[in-house]
Amino acid sequence: MTILNLLFVVFLGILFFIAYFHISNYLLDSYGGKSVKRYNFENSIRVIVFIAPAFIVLFIFILYPVFETIRLSFYDKFGREFVGLYNYKWAINDPEFRRSILNNLVWLLVVPTLSTFFGLVIANLADRIWWGSIAKSIIFMPMAISFVGAGVIWKFIYEYRGPDNTQIGLLNAIIVSLDYEPQAWLTIPIWNNFFLMAIMIWIQTGLALVIFSAALRSIPKEMLEAARIDGASELKIFFSIIIPYLEQTILVIWTLITIIVLRIFDIIFAMTNGEWQTGVLANLMYDWMFRGGGDSGRGSVLAIVIMIGVIPILAWNLYKHRQEQKI
Amino acid sequence: MKKISLSSILSQLLLLFFVIIWIIPTFGLFISSLRDKDLLAISGWWTALTTTEINEIYRMSGMESQIEEDGYFKIKGTLFKENSGKKIESFGINSKKINEFKIGDIAIFKDESEVILDENGNYEWRSKSEFQKKKGKRLFTTSLSPPSFTFENYREVLFKEGIGRAFVNTMAVALPSTLIPLIICSFFAYSLTWMRFYGRDTLLAIIIASLVVPLQMSLIPILTIYNDFGALFGVAAKSYPGVWMAHTGFGLASTTFLLRNFLKSLPNEMMEAAKVDGASHYDIFLRIIIPLSIPAFASIFILQFLWCWNDLLVGLVFLDQVPSEIILTAKLKELLGSRGENWEILTTGAFVSMTVPLFIFFALQRYFIRGLVAGSVKG
Repeated sequence: MTILNLLFVVFLGILFFIAYFHISNYLLDSYGGKSVKRYNFENSIRVIVFIAPAFIVLFIFILYPVFETIRLSFYDKFGREFVGLYNYKWAINDPEFRRSILNNLVWLLVVPTLSTFFGLVIANLADRIWWGSIAKSIIFMPMAISFVGAGVIWKFIYEYRGPDNTQIGLLNAIIVSLDYEPQAWLTIPIWNNFFLMAIMIWIQTGLALVIFSAALRSIPKEMLEAARIDGASELKIFFSIIIPYLEQTILVIWTLITIIVLRIFDIIFAMTNGEWQTGVLANLMYDWMFRGGGDSGRGSVLAIVIMIGVIPILAWNLYKHRQEQKI
Repeated sequence: MKKISLSSILSQLLLLFFVIIWIIPTFGLFISSLRDKDLLAISGWWTALTTTEINEIYRMSGMESQIEEDGYFKIKGTLFKENSGKKIESFGINSKKINEFKIGDIAIFKDESEVILDENGNYEWRSKSEFQKKKGKRLFTTSLSPPSFTFENYREVLFKEGIGRAFVNTMAVALPSTLIPLIICSFFAYSLTWMRFYGRDTLLAIIIASLVVPLQMSLIPILTIYNDFGALFGVAAKSYPGVWMAHTGFGLASTTFLLRNFLKSLPNEMMEAAKVDGASHYDIFLRIIIPLSIPAFASIFILQFLWCWNDLLVGLVFLDQVPSEIILTAKLKELLGSRGENWEILTTGAFVSMTVPLFIFFALQRYFIRGLVAGSVKG
């Protein structure tokens, strides 16, 4: 497809949806409102006109797939024959799966915790310093770039050359200047996971930071002043006032990053492709979608395992929503 | 009066430490993308402002360019490109002794031909007998190169490596994938907030639940639908409209949720007054809702646009990995595999892929942050 054709298709695609809403509503406007009966009819049709596109998309891309994925997890690799729990049994006995779920758990433990922690500390520091907003901008910036872009940035940091060559990767250059042997960081099992997690923490700290910054402003100034007058140290204020006050926000950010980390794919795919024992569930799933012509049964099981991770959060969100509706 | 206390200095230093750690990786990438590729391959980017020692191998011209002068057969030429700025320190004619000669020395080959070299890389190779070989002999040089910055990497990456086309493709994916959900979700959110109909609360609960459903749950069924659809109508299973709709589906819940939260905050009296005046829902939507929602639209547009621009998985699964469809992130990943040692291409490609997000980040940071704070929740 040439670039000109592509632009034309893009234009048509967007125009289609604008035209749908405009024309259908124009027709309704010119039909309705002339009698009570027509008015009611017009209103009920209009609800359908307003909802239909979004609902159809929601149905095709979220609702149907959720049930279809559950169904496929009980079927063979082509989704044709019922195989019961075969795929689940395969997963439990598969060393790659075990490795992935273990890695995923470590990611879930480390990344949300450290990102939230750094975010809170930095927000608190930046709040009290005149150049704090510039600092926040800089630390927030990685949020804007892609995981793959971040992957390239960090792969360059971790770059390894043999001991006789000049190291062009920053980490190895530092190590060599301290008289240690350079290392191929991404190929050292167990530890390499942490080098990959560092990238994610580098990105997600910005998210925690901006949300905390907004939340910090809601802490009553008088409370902090009073504590300072009473001679409380900044450290004491941080642990005794700020952290308890931001408890809710901490929980929100922690779940937010947990959801993002649970389906982490890009960083590992770009950096190691799951080699050297760095695989996680989403990568294994992508792999099984295409490995050997694709296995929809195994792929679905892996998707469901990721889904199980978010179910507590999902239930909690629905519960909170109920509570809000009641008020 | 401001008191400068120890704790204030300590917190400034601590913050500075964080800032430096956070900026260095990106800064290194940016500097590297502007460096000469030969220098980039042999020295760290933090030495970009100092002179670098380079060892290189060059081959002199062959017999075709020889001339007869003062009883010698001579081949004259230059090793370096024009304006390279390199200064030769020493050279050799044997790979085992690359530092054998200084500038001004006469190096003599086994066949008794001799070569002299000046520090700018101009050589004169002469022999009593006529040169017989098509290829010239090799020279090993050790030279000092001054700091050298260039846009050459950008030219190469944009036009030769296909990053330029991938950039266009990414735009063609991200723009509709942002505008389509914005259009259909604004109507959806409107009806969830201001219209009364059966099943509204259930629909809202479904949206809340969909917020956290990982997109992995949808990949296999949707890929199957696309394949069947393609086979049924004899069209390609992977296409731009397919990706747009996939992104629309995955962004639908969060876009609707954020818009509804915003619409809920608008005063009810305004809608009622408009209704009494005989305005239809569409009138209200166009004349009242849209103008009031511009800031909310901006925030959501930025979030969804960055999400689509930075996405890898959706573009990988629902587009063919061919030049006319491949997106930037997938192209970068491909280059990481095929050109893993060519850091000038990787750093520059990565930086090109970051230009649009960084522009949005610096120009519209306010809206970006507002959107995130409003509840950045995304499956």
